[in-house]
Amino acid sequence: MAYAAFFVVAAMAVVSALGLVLRRNAIHGALFLIVNLGSIAVLYQTLGAEFLAWAQVIVYAGAIMVLFVFAIMVLIPGKEETGPDPRRPWRLLALPAGALLFVQLIFVVGRDRGGGGADVSPAGGGVEAIAGLLFTRYLFPFELTSVLLLAAMVGVLLLARRRV
Amino acid sequence: MMVPESYYVGLSAVLFTIGVIGVVIRRNPLVMFMSIELMLNAANLALVAFGRRVGNPDGQAVVFFVMAVAAAEVAVGLAIIVTIFRLRRRLSVDDLSLMRW
Repeated sequence: MAYAAFFVVAAMAVVSALGLVLRRNAIHGALFLIVNLGSIAVLYQTLGAEFLAWAQVIVYAGAIMVLFVFAIMVLIPGKEETGPDPRRPWRLLALPAGALLFVQLIFVVGRDRGGGGADVSPAGGGVEAIAGLLFTRYLFPFELTSVLLLAAMVGVLLLARRRV
Repeated sequence: MMVPESYYVGLSAVLFTIGVIGVVIRRNPLVMFMSIELMLNAANLALVAFGRRVGNPDGQAVVFFVMAVAAAEVAVGLAIIVTIFRLRRRLSVDDLSLMRW
């Protein structure tokens, strides 16, 4: 049962990722990416990370994808990927290179046959466990995150300002 | 009856590879950006899977930071893309050779 659920959700994630990469239309790509992020949120839930599953839905599928769709609407893309591609041979080189990367990754992952983690009691992934870490051991990085977000906001305002 | 972590890490490898290929073969900087998000998510999935194997929630805290950094990165990156579009009126990465000597 757990296996069936995993394979269904994993197939959804892979298919939507392929849709993002292969479809020409950027809006379709954004919608495929939302499906992909949602299925990864489901996988977080099956891994016992409830807090991250909800954060994924709110932060990624909510905030970040709204930003993407908004940028796509503002820029009205779609014309730059029609027409002849003078660098097509170089781009097609990505397929063997990607296959090589995939083989390497699988080689690294497949080397550890340990797999003994299944009987470890799953660490609580609820808000309580995460908050306990964020406000004790990772307190300084957590505060730095707020500085980073503030700096990003100021930078975006500066970049998007109209030149006078 | 839990799915072993190696399945999750394998799926994360697949998604990461698709993201790399997407960055290379597409010409639209917005889609390249979305492929980068795909790679970040693949890495996050691997982190959560490893965290379950080790049995403590530290991996999930790291994923939380990755999400915060990704949000900042997307905001700044999209602002840069919009600024470039305003200056050049085109949106193909092949035209953006300004910083190449």
